[in-house]
Amino acid sequence: MSNHEHKDNSHRSAMKSGMSRRQFLSYTLGGAGAFMAAGMSLPMIRFAVDPILKKKAGGTWIKVVEASKITNEPQEFKFKIHQVDGWYVSDPELTAWISKDDQGNAFALSPICKHLGCTIAWNTEKNNEYVCPCHNAHYTKDGKNLVVAPKPLDEYDLKIENDWVYLGPVKANTRVV
Amino acid sequence: MLKGVYNWIDERLDITPMWRDVADHEVPEHVNPAHHFSAFVYCFGGLTFFITVIQILSGMFLTMYFVPDIINAYKSVDYLQHKVAFGGIVRGMHHWGASLVIVMMFLHTLRVFFTGSYKAPREMNWVVGMLIFFIMLGLGFTGYLLPWDNKAYFATKVGIQIAESVPYIGTYIKELMQGGEIVGAETLTRFFAIHVFFLPGALLALLAAHFFMIRKQGISGPL
Repeated sequence: MSNHEHKDNSHRSAMKSGMSRRQFLSYTLGGAGAFMAAGMSLPMIRFAVDPILKKKAGGTWIKVVEASKITNEPQEFKFKIHQVDGWYVSDPELTAWISKDDQGNAFALSPICKHLGCTIAWNTEKNNEYVCPCHNAHYTKDGKNLVVAPKPLDEYDLKIENDWVYLGPVKANTRVV
Repeated sequence: MLKGVYNWIDERLDITPMWRDVADHEVPEHVNPAHHFSAFVYCFGGLTFFITVIQILSGMFLTMYFVPDIINAYKSVDYLQHKVAFGGIVRGMHHWGASLVIVMMFLHTLRVFFTGSYKAPREMNWVVGMLIFFIMLGLGFTGYLLPWDNKAYFATKVGIQIAESVPYIGTYIKELMQGGEIVGAETLTRFFAIHVFFLPGALLALLAAHFFMIRKQGISGPL
């Protein structure tokens, strides 16, 4: 490229503007080429990054169990959520451990261990703690991590309406400070 | 900045002669549309390659969403076309490009034929071009099945029936293409593999040979 520009410098005196004919043509061709390349590649790039730009579906409330069935002792409840995964629509079953605290407020914990994601269960070692079978992580009734796990158990959004317990999306534990 | 990067690499690897060897060659007057407008017919080969590049790129992007499976193929195509941003455009590029590449290739072949460019010493390049032509037809045939809709299914059925009419070995060809006894799950995965791996691989190798020969022998002389 630069070699050609040197050649053209001898003609420059005859030109009205500072731009050589070669330079003008390469800008024009380069611009048109870039425009065409962009027209070709931008749709494909937008197509590829669509997952991060898609609106996330807002959390919905799922009716899980009558409020009267919730006890101070954590109990396991299964419920189904409606999941649209691209072209695959399914209703996978989720699990929540629901109990009441000393003030009588119900709360629901996710059973997924914060260590490596195994499924925890209540009181399997008769010590009133959540225990993970994989690496023996322990949590209190509020989900506070005692050993092994680095974080407290996640919590489901929970509301009680007309004596029914509804669960929403999973969030970080709010009960353990 | 860009120039700096280029110079830094060039000092170490001396890349200038490489691209100069590819890019700097004179276009003979008789193939330059600036001299004789009718020389635009010499552009068809390049245009075929340009559309082939678009086909490869849009195809790569389509496989981000497409699933070669009889349950999900149609659903995933429907999803990428209607739910993914610019899905209609990216699939449209691949769909229309497929036809356009055949048209351009045909025009390129006509030009080579009517300018007699296939004659000695360029016979081998004609043969390679013909192989590319059949690879392209194969890409069109295998790609047509992938959306797994009615049109795709019956077009493939008919195509395979034509292949079956070959004497003696017809039924073997049919079963080999189908990957089983019916046009079904195994046909779809098989056609997908051929469409995205085998034929494009062969195509790139043949294109390399095509371009190498045209640079080595130069473009054929004026009529």
